Amino acid sequence: MAVTEDRLFGKSIKRREDPRFITGQGRYVDDLKLPGMTYAAFVRSPHAHARIKGIDTTAAKAHPGVVAVFTGKDMTGVNSLPCGWDLRKEKGIPGVVQDLAMVPHMPLTSDVARHVGDPVAVVIADSQSAATDAAEKVNVTWEPLPAVTATDKAEKGPKIHDVPTGNVAFKWALGDAAATDAAFKTGGAVTVKKRIVNQRLVANAMEPRACVARYEDATGELTLWVTSQNPHVHRLLMCAFVLGIPEHKVRVIAPDVGGGFGSKIFLYNEEVVCSWASRKIKRPIRWTASRREAYMTDAHGRDHVTDAEIALSKEGKILGLRVKTTANLGAYLSTFAPAVPTFLYGTLLNGVYAIGAIHVDVTGVFTNTTAVDAYRGAGRPEACYVLERMVDAGAAALKMDPAELRRKNFIPKFSGAFNTLVAVTYDSGDYAGALDKLMQVFDYKKFRAEQAEARTQGRLLGVGFSTYIEACSIAPSKVVGALGAGAGLYESGTVRVHPTGMVTVYTGSHSHGQGHETTFAQLVADDLGIPMEQVEVIHGDTGQIAFGMGTYGSRSASVGGTAIKMSLNKIKEKGKLIAAHLLEASPKDIEYVKGQFQVKGVPAKAVPFGAVSLTAYVPHNYPEGLEPGLDETSFYDPSNFCFPFGAHACVVEVEPETGKVNVVKYVAVDDVGNVINPMIVDGMVHGGIAQGVGQALWEGAVYDNDSGQLMTGSMMDYAMPKADMLPAYVTDRTVTPTPVNPLGVKGAGETGTIASTPAVVNAVVDALAGLGVDHIDAMPLTAERVWKTIQAAKAGK
Amino acid sequence: MKLPVKMTINGQSVSHEVEPRFLLVHYIRETVGLTGTHVGCDTSQCGACTITLNGQAVKSCTLFTVQADGANIMTIEGLAKDGELHPIQQGFWEKHGLQCGFCTPGMIMLAVQMLERYPKPSEEVIRHQLEGNLCRCTGYHNIVKAIEWAADKMAAAK
Repeated sequence: MAVTEDRLFGKSIKRREDPRFITGQGRYVDDLKLPGMTYAAFVRSPHAHARIKGIDTTAAKAHPGVVAVFTGKDMTGVNSLPCGWDLRKEKGIPGVVQDLAMVPHMPLTSDVARHVGDPVAVVIADSQSAATDAAEKVNVTWEPLPAVTATDKAEKGPKIHDVPTGNVAFKWALGDAAATDAAFKTGGAVTVKKRIVNQRLVANAMEPRACVARYEDATGELTLWVTSQNPHVHRLLMCAFVLGIPEHKVRVIAPDVGGGFGSKIFLYNEEVVCSWASRKIKRPIRWTASRREAYMTDAHGRDHVTDAEIALSKEGKILGLRVKTTANLGAYLSTFAPAVPTFLYGTLLNGVYAIGAIHVDVTGVFTNTTAVDAYRGAGRPEACYVLERMVDAGAAALKMDPAELRRKNFIPKFSGAFNTLVAVTYDSGDYAGALDKLMQVFDYKKFRAEQAEARTQGRLLGVGFSTYIEACSIAPSKVVGALGAGAGLYESGTVRVHPTGMVTVYTGSHSHGQGHETTFAQLVADDLGIPMEQVEVIHGDTGQIAFGMGTYGSRSASVGGTAIKMSLNKIKEKGKLIAAHLLEASPKDIEYVKGQFQVKGVPAKAVPFGAVSLTAYVPHNYPEGLEPGLDETSFYDPSNFCFPFGAHACVVEVEPETGKVNVVKYVAVDDVGNVINPMIVDGMVHGGIAQGVGQALWEGAVYDNDSGQLMTGSMMDYAMPKADMLPAYVTDRTVTPTPVNPLGVKGAGETGTIASTPAVVNAVVDALAGLGVDHIDAMPLTAERVWKTIQAAKAGK
Repeated sequence: MKLPVKMTINGQSVSHEVEPRFLLVHYIRETVGLTGTHVGCDTSQCGACTITLNGQAVKSCTLFTVQADGANIMTIEGLAKDGELHPIQQGFWEKHGLQCGFCTPGMIMLAVQMLERYPKPSEEVIRHQLEGNLCRCTGYHNIVKAIEWAADKMAAAK
């Protein structure tokens, strides 16, 4: 057996999944065609808020090719889609000021539609065109009701659910209010207060959501192919909470999935309805969202309105931070919605700084809009944006350099534990180190000289920094359970060594672009000292994988990877017992080195990995009392979150006449701990930056508050970043391994998105600083908004 | 009412009867069964459905099947010859120009025509030419690198 010389851990190895994608052989849900397939089309509310007076399905049912039409009233015995995160005082959840109103969310609503796109009926037909045509013949009698979509108008808006707390879904607070008040009263303190709007976004994974449900009457088995980031979670929620069908008779497969960014975590109406209906009609059903449907129904992200205050000493030390946020949850509670603006937001407001006191107060509100849940970063970008914007506003008030102000406040380098003021304990950090590295890559002094020169010519150049932190490797089950999670957040990993020494790895993590088939194969081949070609990685199938919590919160390498590592250790321990027997040595004298089991320090006295694996399955010469087979499963539950960090700088030029912002340069220095495949990590950073820049400059889901209509319901209206709107990125990193897991990896999926939005906005504000601008309330910084800011600044002078 | 259509896709002659409203992308995916061409939007923005039609990169969601009657079409499945990847496919693999892979077939088919028009494109030209194709994973950085790599490779082979 060949033995690899170099370590595979840390190498930029080309992805093994790519050949199928670049030749058109990827297999996404919508590519699936089954015998007897039917096609679904949903009838959706055109109103933001309307009572359903009646639904007439007669004409639709008579349409040629139609197999069935169902409404919510047909779905008897079916329960609400569950919300997996509870915020109630009686549960002892910290910070709860007003209990979460657990409002129902039926797969097909039959009384009231609460947002544009809320599904009320499904038409199933022999062809997609027949289903779509017939859906238009479903006649719904609507009684339109007054609606509210705007975050800051929700509390006083028309009531959306029949709950005593009206449109206030919950109230939550964290930190020390009294200490924060005292910090703001410190003698000589400079205080700055700003309104900060973090607008609503749409994830826009390029593959629209889709599902195929197939019920087999003969066996009573249901198979659901679905665009999911966590097929086991889909199965559990659907079986146990919504449909009440036996979990072991349901197989959920998430095959190739075309991006997720959070939006494919959640259990949605359509896959539940198709699964239920497939049992009724006993034929497979396929549904694929049109992009228009995706905009109306994929969980949205962000949508916070915040008033933030920062208090600083004259020397620039941050004395206090006070944050009051209203978070728009949409019309219903999506799967993890309450966690996002609370425990994924408030707990990150300490940033990388030693702050005197912090208090955050969050009100979650219902509106007649699509449900809001985790979108890449989920809560952490919102926290980072508030903090990094306020740090810059503070620097402006003190007339201090923003990089210098940051440096003055950094938490000193540490490894082990730093207790924040907002309930979490950081794992390891060298925040000044990341900024130092950034300053090496980005010549700051030279830039300021160029900027000054440009200003004399009337050109508006600006630089913005973001020294961010994020919490990932989600998450210690004990901790999240105490905070309201309905599930544990461990991960499983099985390593199955076949008789010939070939290895199949089964992971509960799911790849929808992250390249797990490569990264995990690297990890395993490196650990076992065998060629990567001997390792296959299987994911996304509840029929093959023990259990899995899936992929989100930058958790796959750190949590999923560690579960695999634990199984590798078990494989090696068992292998040592077999090898000791074959070598007639004591097991404690056996070590595993580069693909062989050997007597310690005697490489000549060894048996290769393949001989041990064969012996495990052909146990003719086998130790007494040892089970045959070489197949181990582990569940890893992390002891803490991991906290990646870094320093980003963005340079922009603003066109004074038009307000158009051009991103000139973007430099990112990230510290994600150890890196298994640098090429893949850099790729994720690039994509993250593009999404964060997109939020800063172009993207935004806009509702008309009067009509409740989604104004940005297609790619014609929602401004997705394009290639010529973005620069090439400069990426670099520092490496501070985490002590939390044995791999030392933190997580890299979300850093770019979290860091980049404030860097860009800070850069635009810096470009306009000469005009007296120290803040812009709302994003995106479109040419119109920036032009208006410039005009207002000029008028104010 | 159905109309007969006949065309060549990846060198194979195909003929069917289709509804006049049936989009070319659905014909390619559902009728012919070539699922490498994807549908990512309803409004001709995303470019995931890009193919070449008589040598021109077009969005197959923006044509009716009947409009392609008699055409010579190539989809992503037809690009590699005898198992040998096209330099653009190689470039996407070498330079990590894809993550989830969903936009990739459209990007590659667009790049085929781009490099015919601009054999040695600058970064600016590549980015401008990519305007009609959206990617949510890569931030475009490595897609640009992939096309540059392919341009170099193809120039060297001439």
